Amino acid sequence: MTASLRLVDVSKTFVLHNQDGAVLRVLDRLSLEVEGGECVALVGPSGAGKSTVLRIACGNYAPDWGRVLVAAGGRATDIACAPPRAVLALRRQAIGHVSQFLRVIPRVPAIEVVAEAARLAGSSPDDAHARAGEMLDILRIPRRLWSLSPTTFSGGEQQRVNIARTMVVPFPILLLDEPTASLDAENRAVVVDLIRDACRRGAAVLGIFHDADVRAAVATREVACATLSRAA
Amino acid sequence: MTEAPLLRVRGLSHAYGSRIACSAVDVEVWPGEVLAIVGESGSGKSTLLNCISGRMRPGAGEVLYRAKDGREVDLWQASDAQRRLLARTELGMVHQNPRDGLRLGVSAGGNVGERLMAVGARNYGAIRATAAEWLARVEIDVGRIDDLPRTFSGGMQQRLQIARVLVSRPRLVFLDEPTGGLDVSVQARLLDLLRSLSRDLGLASIIVTHDLAVARLLAHRICVMRGGEVVEDGLTDRVLDDPRHPYTQLLVSSVLPP
Ligand SMILES: Nc1ncnc2c1ncn2[C@@H]1O[C@H](COP(=O)(O)OP(=O)(O)OP(=O)(O)O)[C@@H](O)[C@H]1O
Ligand SMILES: Nc1ncnc2c1ncn2[C@@H]1O[C@H](COP(=O)(O)OP(=O)(O)O)[C@@H](O)[C@H]1O
Ligand SMILES: [Mg+2]
Ligand SMILES: [Mg+2]
Repeated sequence: MTASLRLVDVSKTFVLHNQDGAVLRVLDRLSLEVEGGECVALVGPSGAGKSTVLRIACGNYAPDWGRVLVAAGGRATDIACAPPRAVLALRRQAIGHVSQFLRVIPRVPAIEVVAEAARLAGSSPDDAHARAGEMLDILRIPRRLWSLSPTTFSGGEQQRVNIARTMVVPFPILLLDEPTASLDAENRAVVVDLIRDACRRGAAVLGIFHDADVRAAVATREVACATLSRAA
Repeated sequence: MTEAPLLRVRGLSHAYGSRIACSAVDVEVWPGEVLAIVGESGSGKSTLLNCISGRMRPGAGEVLYRAKDGREVDLWQASDAQRRLLARTELGMVHQNPRDGLRLGVSAGGNVGERLMAVGARNYGAIRATAAEWLARVEIDVGRIDDLPRTFSGGMQQRLQIARVLVSRPRLVFLDEPTGGLDVSVQARLLDLLRSLSRDLGLASIIVTHDLAVARLLAHRICVMRGGEVVEDGLTDRVLDDPRHPYTQLLVSSVLPP
């Protein structure tokens, strides 16, 4: 079975109990499918729910309704109702998520942040370290920064560490939230190459790409995320 | 993925007189899993932990622990002797105040060695060597092995307590506000230590904390308590980023973003 991601009738509403019970309807019966080898771009205005879709796909947000079927490594899991330890196992081995902002543990050096992801996916410590170094080189993070914590890095450097940490593992499913947002042209080109390589090896990629050139370069098709958000 | 839960708590309730501290709590811990119990002061976290860890008999409920031999034991149906044996060998408790978990009149090395002797170690040289190894592991200068814990700083005492608990290689460890009385930089170091130890040893643990940042850093799963009840539980980042219950939303929105 090749990798794929399928959302079926996914709805998501946020109820803000401590703000007068405000209700934000963000997704209403959204269905989409990403096959291995495809890169699907989510498009829609700010606040439409694009990041919400990616967060639901990795189990970070729970949908109110619908199924989120993750197929990888010969088995399919509905991440919307999988137990926490199954979600964590999928994140170690099957689903890579590049979030809009880097969240790391303070004081851990950049190289370790990247190596840990490889280790969690099953690499030996030496191998993980070597692959982390290669990935940081590919993403052009200067070696003098490798032993420093990314918390003080520039926006673009943080974003590249974020990408390195995901791309160091050949995840069958990739969720990319504006991976090139704060990158210059040269670094953007590097990331575009990484995404295309991932598709070529059969990964199912779902991403948000604000930059039209990047989107044109990587996306095989687009899915619209209509704006529903309104106070009910 | 591993077979069966290490611990299953079913319908655990406890009251102090007419004051209900825990009400029908269900909790599970799987091998290698770190579970955080969060909630405001007085929500029943310590009561729950004390009942689960075999230190206080609950008013009602089952605490089913899967022992090393594969059998499930209800800690509160077992004999006192069996419960004490498990507490000494397979379970471990890290107290908020290191003074409750250390013997202050015994040297640092003795504090660690004592736990080994309690599980049957007899060779003095080997015990001392293992104690020294664990002091190093929790970043205490081995030169301090013969010093009394009362000459240690709060952070060192807490690390010593952790060494004392982990030296006998328990399978499930309970921690009650382990970073509670420490200042921020000392807390950070202790958290790093706890994180790497629990990862490297594949330890299962239940950690009680009111600090959501601690829970985010250490725990795979979170259980939110209020007024003695579990109001929400799930994957740590799901509970913190997409909280459902009004009380969880209040907790999450009350802290400054990290
Ligand atoms: N955890 C949350 N709690 C409450 N509301 C949320 C939460 N996450 C997202 N939202 C709301 O859901 C809506 C969709 O947000 P989302 O981040 O998915 O948008 P987006 O399409 O990615 O926008 P952008 O292009 O600006 O990144 C917004 O109104 C947002 O405020
Ligand atoms: N030994 C005790 N005797 C009487 N009441 C107690 C005792 N221990 C705790 N309580 C009460 O039980 C409730 C829960 O306490 P506790 O479990 O210590 O909460 P937490 O650890 O979440 O702060 C509180 O109302 C507390 O005052
Ligand atoms: Mg977004
Ligand atoms: Mg307490």
